[in-house]
Amino acid sequence: MTSAKFSRGLVPLSILSVALVVGGFAMVFFYAPNDADQGFVQKIFYLHVPLAIVALFGFVAGGVYGIRFLRSGDRLDDLRSYVAIHISLILAVGALITGSIWAKASWGHWWVWDEPTLVSFLIVFLLYACYQPLRFSIEDPERQTRYAAVFAIVGGAFVPLNFMAVRAAESFTHPRVLSTTGGSMPGSMRLTFLVCLAGMAVLYVTLNKYELTSKHATFTLRALKRRMAGDDDWVPVRRTAAPQL
Amino acid sequence: MSAPAPPRGTSPRGTSPHGTPTRVAVAALIRKDLRLELRTRESVPAMALFSLSTFVLFHFGLDARSLEGDLAAGVFWVTILFAAVLAVNRQFVAEREEGGFDGFLLAPVDRTALFLAKAAVLFCFLVALQVVAVPAFAILLLEPSPGPGLPELIGVLLLADAGIAIVGTLVGALAVQTRAREVIVPLLALPLMIPLVIAAARGTAPLWLEAGAEAVPGRWPLILGLYDLVFGLLAYAVFDYLLDE
Repeated sequence: MTSAKFSRGLVPLSILSVALVVGGFAMVFFYAPNDADQGFVQKIFYLHVPLAIVALFGFVAGGVYGIRFLRSGDRLDDLRSYVAIHISLILAVGALITGSIWAKASWGHWWVWDEPTLVSFLIVFLLYACYQPLRFSIEDPERQTRYAAVFAIVGGAFVPLNFMAVRAAESFTHPRVLSTTGGSMPGSMRLTFLVCLAGMAVLYVTLNKYELTSKHATFTLRALKRRMAGDDDWVPVRRTAAPQL
Repeated sequence: MSAPAPPRGTSPRGTSPHGTPTRVAVAALIRKDLRLELRTRESVPAMALFSLSTFVLFHFGLDARSLEGDLAAGVFWVTILFAAVLAVNRQFVAEREEGGFDGFLLAPVDRTALFLAKAAVLFCFLVALQVVAVPAFAILLLEPSPGPGLPELIGVLLLADAGIAIVGTLVGALAVQTRAREVIVPLLALPLMIPLVIAAARGTAPLWLEAGAEAVPGRWPLILGLYDLVFGLLAYAVFDYLLDE
C-alpha cells in the first residue's frame, strides 16, 4: 500500500487552485464593480459565500463517504469522511467569521438573529463541532469508525432539513445569491463570484488530498517501522479522534 | 442442533429467520421497558420534577408572573427538550450495564426491533411527561387558558414527541458506548433538535395568545412531519450499525 493513490494529480491540482484563487481575488479587486448600496465592504461576499457553500457541500460529502464506509467497510472511506468533515469545519469557521464581519459592516451588528442563513449555518457548525469529541470518546477503533459514519450520515441529512426549517421561521434579510431567479447580480459580479466559488471548491479538494496523502503516508511509515522492528502486534499509539489504518 | 443464523440482510425485513415477527419482538421489548419503568420509576418522575423546577426557574429568571404567545411556547419547548435529554441519557443504560445488548443480539430477531421499541417507549415517556407538564405550565406560568386550542396543541405535541423520540433514541444509542455519555447526548441531540424546536414553538405560539387561540399555520405541522419522516427513515436505516457484534 503506497500513498500514490492519494497523491496522484496533486501538483496540477495545487497549481490550478492557486491560479483560480489568485485569479478570483484579482477579479474581485480589479474587475467586479463596487456594490452601489454597500460599497467596498460587499466584496467580502466573494470570500464568505464560497466558504459557506463549499463547507456545506463538504459536510454532505462526509455523509456520502460515511454511507460508502458502512457499505464497504473500507477504512480509507472512513478516512475520507473524516478529512472531508475536518476541512469543512475549518472553512465553516472562516465563513462564520467573515459573515460576522459582513453583518457588522452592512447591518450594524456582529450577529443578526433574524437572518436565517447565518443562524442555520451556526447550528450546523455546532453539530459538526461535536464530531471530533464523539470520535475521541470512543476507544475501540472499529466502533469509532462505525459510529462516526452514522454521525456523518445523520449530519449530512440534517444540513438541508435544518436550512429549510430555519428559513421558514425567519424573515428574509439575507440576499439570495443562488435563487432560481438568479438574484440581482450584474454579469461581471456573477462571473467573479463563479470564479471564486470554483477556486474555493478546487482549493477544498486540494486540501483534502493533501491531508489524505499526509495521513496515509504517516500510517504507511508507521507500519513499515513496525515491520522493521519485527513487532507484529498492532498497538494504537494513543487514543485519538483521527482514523487509524 | 440449531442451524447457524443466516448473515445480516438475507431475510426480508419484518420477518426474522426463525419466525419471530418483528412486531412481536417490538411488543415484548416495549413491555419489558414499560415494566422496568413502572417498577423502578427512574425516568418519568425525574422528567416531571425537572420540568416543574425549570418552570419555577423560568419564573424567577424572566421575572414574569405569566407568559403568553412566543415566549410561553419557547419556555415550554425548551423545558420539554431538556427533560427529554434526561430520559435519553438513561435509555440504554440498563442494556449496557446488565448485558441486555448481548441478550438482544443473541435473539433471532430483526435488530431494528430494538430501535422501534426504544423510540416507542421514549414517545410514551414524553406523552406521560406532558400529561403532567402541560397542566402544570398552564397553572404556573401560562396566562391564557390552553383549553380553546387543545386539539391543535395535542397534534403539535404528538408530532414533536415523535421527532424527539426518534432523534433521542438514535443519539442515545450512539452515546451509550462512549466514555462521556452524559456530555455527548446533549451536545449531539440539542443541535439536531433545533429544527424541531423551531417548528414546535412556532406551531404552539398562536394557540397561547392572550387575545385567544389562532389557527396554526400549516407549514409548522408540515415541517414537523417531514422531520419525523426523514429522521425516522434515516434512523431505521443506520440503527443496525450501532449495535455491536
